[in-house]
Parts: sequence; C-alpha cells; structure tokens
Amino acid sequence: MIHLQNVVKKYKKGVVALNDINIDIEKGDFVFLVGSSGAGKSTLIKLLMKEINPDKGKIIFNDKDITEVSNRGIPEIRRSIGIVFQEFRLLENKTAYENVAFAMEIVGSTPKEIRRQVPNALGLVGLSDKADSFPSQLSGGEQQRVSIARAIVNRPTVLIADEPTGNLDPDTAWEIMGILKDISRRGTTVLMATHAKDIVDIMKKRVIALSKGRVIKDDRKGVYDYEF
Amino acid sequence: MTERVFMTMNFRTILYTLKQGLVGVWRNRMMSLASIGSVTSTLIILGIILVLVLNVNNLAVMLEQEFDEIEIFIAEDATKEQIENLNDKLENINGISEIRYKSKEEALKDMQEQWDDKAYLLEDLEENPFPDSLIIRIDNIEESEKIVKSVKNMEGIEDIKYFRDIIEKMVNISTLVRNGGLVIIGILVLISIFIISNTIKITVAARKKEINIMKYVGATNGFIRGPFIVEGILLGIIGSIVSIFIIEFSYKYLFEVASKQLYVFSNVYMIPYYNLFGDVVLIFMSIGIGIGIIGSVVSLRRFLKV
Repeated sequence: MIHLQNVVKKYKKGVVALNDINIDIEKGDFVFLVGSSGAGKSTLIKLLMKEINPDKGKIIFNDKDITEVSNRGIPEIRRSIGIVFQEFRLLENKTAYENVAFAMEIVGSTPKEIRRQVPNALGLVGLSDKADSFPSQLSGGEQQRVSIARAIVNRPTVLIADEPTGNLDPDTAWEIMGILKDISRRGTTVLMATHAKDIVDIMKKRVIALSKGRVIKDDRKGVYDYEF
Repeated sequence: MTERVFMTMNFRTILYTLKQGLVGVWRNRMMSLASIGSVTSTLIILGIILVLVLNVNNLAVMLEQEFDEIEIFIAEDATKEQIENLNDKLENINGISEIRYKSKEEALKDMQEQWDDKAYLLEDLEENPFPDSLIIRIDNIEESEKIVKSVKNMEGIEDIKYFRDIIEKMVNISTLVRNGGLVIIGILVLISIFIISNTIKITVAARKKEINIMKYVGATNGFIRGPFIVEGILLGIIGSIVSIFIIEFSYKYLFEVASKQLYVFSNVYMIPYYNLFGDVVLIFMSIGIGIGIIGSVVSLRRFLKV
C-alpha cells in the first residue's frame, strides 16, 4: 500500500537526506523505522505526509503516486494517515474528548458521527474515564494516548508514529506499544520511527534501518542493529 | 481516498468560521482597534476627497450649463449695418446653437429682477448704463475661445464676456485634487492592508498549534483560512461603518449650515447629502472589505505552506 521507488531527496546546500530509497509496505504491516539522528527518518515521514516532495522517484500510496498530486489533494492524503508525535501536540484549552473531536470537526464530520466515534477511540486507548480531563491534568502516557485516539478517530489506513515513546518512561512506553499493536491487529498499517532499541528487539516486527540517507537493512522480525 | 475532499460549506462550517473570526477580532482587541482606526482614517480621507471632487465637478457642470453663453456687448455708437454684419458672421460659425438680441432695456429689467429687494437702487439711475448685446449660446464650451477670436476684431463691439477660464480652472483643480487624492488614498490603503495583516498575524501566532494539527489531520486550506479572512472582513466592515457615519454626518452638517448661511449657493451648487449616501456606502463597504480580505490573504500566504 506504500511503495517508495528510487526516491531521492536533497536539501539546499547539497545535503542528500534520502538517496535511492526503495521500500514496500503492505496493508496491516507493523514497521519500525530506525536510524540515528540525521539518517533520514524525519524526511521519510515528511515525504509520506506530502509536507515536502522528493527530487526523484515515486511514492505510491493507496495506488496513487502522491508526488503527482497537486497541493489541493494534500488534505485527502492526510485524511487517510493518522500521525502521532513525540511531544503529543494536544490543545491545552480543550479536554481529551474535545481534542479528539477536533480532528473530526476539521474534516466536516456530523455531530452524530462525532458523538459515536470519539468515545470509541478513547475506549480503544483505555481513556474513557478521562474524557473530560484537560491535558495538564493527564500524565505523559495518558496525553500520548489522547493523541493516538485523535490520530485514529478518522479511521486512517496508516498510522505514523514519530518517536511516540521518546518522552515516556519504560513502563508507560510499553503501554503505548500495546495500544499500537492493537491498532495494527485491527488492520491499520503502523509505521513507527524510534530510537528505542529494547522495544524494537522485543517486538520482533519488521525493521527498516536508515543510515546516511540509505536503507541499510530491511528485515522481517528484525532487531535494532547495534552497529549504529 | 478516491473522492476528492472538498471544503464542505455546510451550516456548521460557516458557523465555526464566523465564530473563530469574531474570536480573532476580540482576542487582540488593541490591534483590532488599530486596524479599524486605519481603515476608518483611510476612508475618511477618501470621503473628503470624494466629496470635494464630486462637488467641484458638479459645480463645473452646472456652471457650464448656465454659462455656455458668450455675451457680446455692442458699442453705443455702432451702426445698424455693423450689427447686421456681426449677426451674419455669427450665423455662419459652426457650434452656435442660438443668437439672441438683448436690448439695453431688457438688460436693466434682468438686473432689477436679479437684485430683487435691492432693486430700488437701480431706480435712481438717470440713464440706463447697460449696453445692447448679442447673447450667443454655444454647443461646446471648449469652442468659446475660437468663436471669440473670430469676431472680436469686428467693428461695433464694445466688449466680450465669457466664462471659459473660470470653468477650465475649476476642472483643472478638480483633476488635481482627484489625482493627488488617488495617490494619497493608494498609500493609505497599503498602510491599512499592512496593519490588518499584522493584526491577523497575531491571531495566527496564537493559534499556531491548532493550525498545525489541523493541517496534519487534513483540513483544507479553505477551512483553515476562513476564520482569518472573516476576521479581516470584520475589521474592514467596522472601519467602513464608522467612516460612513462620520462622513455622512459631517457632510449633512456642512450642507445644512451652508443652506442656512448662503441658501442660494448651496442649494444649487452642493450635491444634497441624501444623493451622496448610496454611493458612499457602496464605495466604502467595497474598499473596507477589500482591504480586509487582501490584508488577511497577505498575512496567510507564507504561513500556510506545509
């Protein structure tokens, strides 16, 4: 469902962020994207979100080459992708419920759909009882769960998580991994960029390792490579 | 995924857009006030120039209608032949619609009528000081100079009176005021756009996180821009309304004072304020809203690029 073909991305001053990348991700895959800072993980995520365009190559998403899509088509692409960030990015003046509902309001859902879907999403991340809490009243793990609920409430086909456990202690990080695993099991493709070696090693999922803009490893049931 | 995502302009979206626009105006009240003030002052100056130009033009047109005449005063000692020659010559000139002979008696009577209650002053005159004259009505006031030139050396003419110079000067002044005014208004409009765009930038900054999330979730640009454009339009509309009131009331006041003090003058030559109202509302509203929209679009242009 996601196919990167010979993708090249250079930044100004000639820095090559991604060089001849070929990746195929199928529906329902759970993929870890690993690599040191500057390896090209963020660039890859930005390409998938069509925040930036590649200099060469094709990015096929749901059978469509998104490099050919005009800017007007960006919202459509993003509506089939949910995204979770390391720093949660919740709106402080909205409750957990409102934060999740906001994602539905933006795409023009009806109040009826919102009333049905938001509790579902909050239930899935185990936060039904904290629906009326503001982010400041929630722990880091709970905030990240709200942000996951927000990412999946519009039922995307892909969930991208950019270092979702980066700000969390190990126990909380494992709770988050459990939720991501659940989501994957329901058929959503999950792509998680991470530095967390122990998580990658224990989960035994597919691992794509980037280094200096190239794919240096792509293993089914892989482990975090110790050499970088 | 196969269907395009259009901005759904349903009732809820419109309501959301309007509400967020209002919140934006209220959230940074001081800058909103500055924006409204700048739109208001721009439009007031536009109003003053508009009123001036329209009135001068109106006056010029009226004078032109009233004074599309050349009056040729006939010398006391002119012979009948000379007068006939003059008449023949005039009849052969193109652009003259009417030639009328006005005797000295008629001239005196006209003057008595014009002076009205002070006409008794004329009664003491021992003899009629007015000369006989030929009054020529011309088609085009621009031609008057040429006509005057072609007859002024003929015998039997005492003097020629015409109004071309005055009217020409008035038209020149009106053009000058209009052109100068347009430049000033252009500059003020740019300043207003700048101030409004800065005001909206503050709202944008305050909602940066929200907008960032909106973009990642897949809100259309239209949906994100909507509230800011509404904010700009609101600022423009409020500015126009304030200036419309100020201009209308000042002009009405001026018109009434002028009517009382110099009633003949103002009633004839000033455009009544109720005739001005419709145009002013239309022009001011369009400019105010235009400034608001351009101001918000300018402030959003760079920032929506993700």
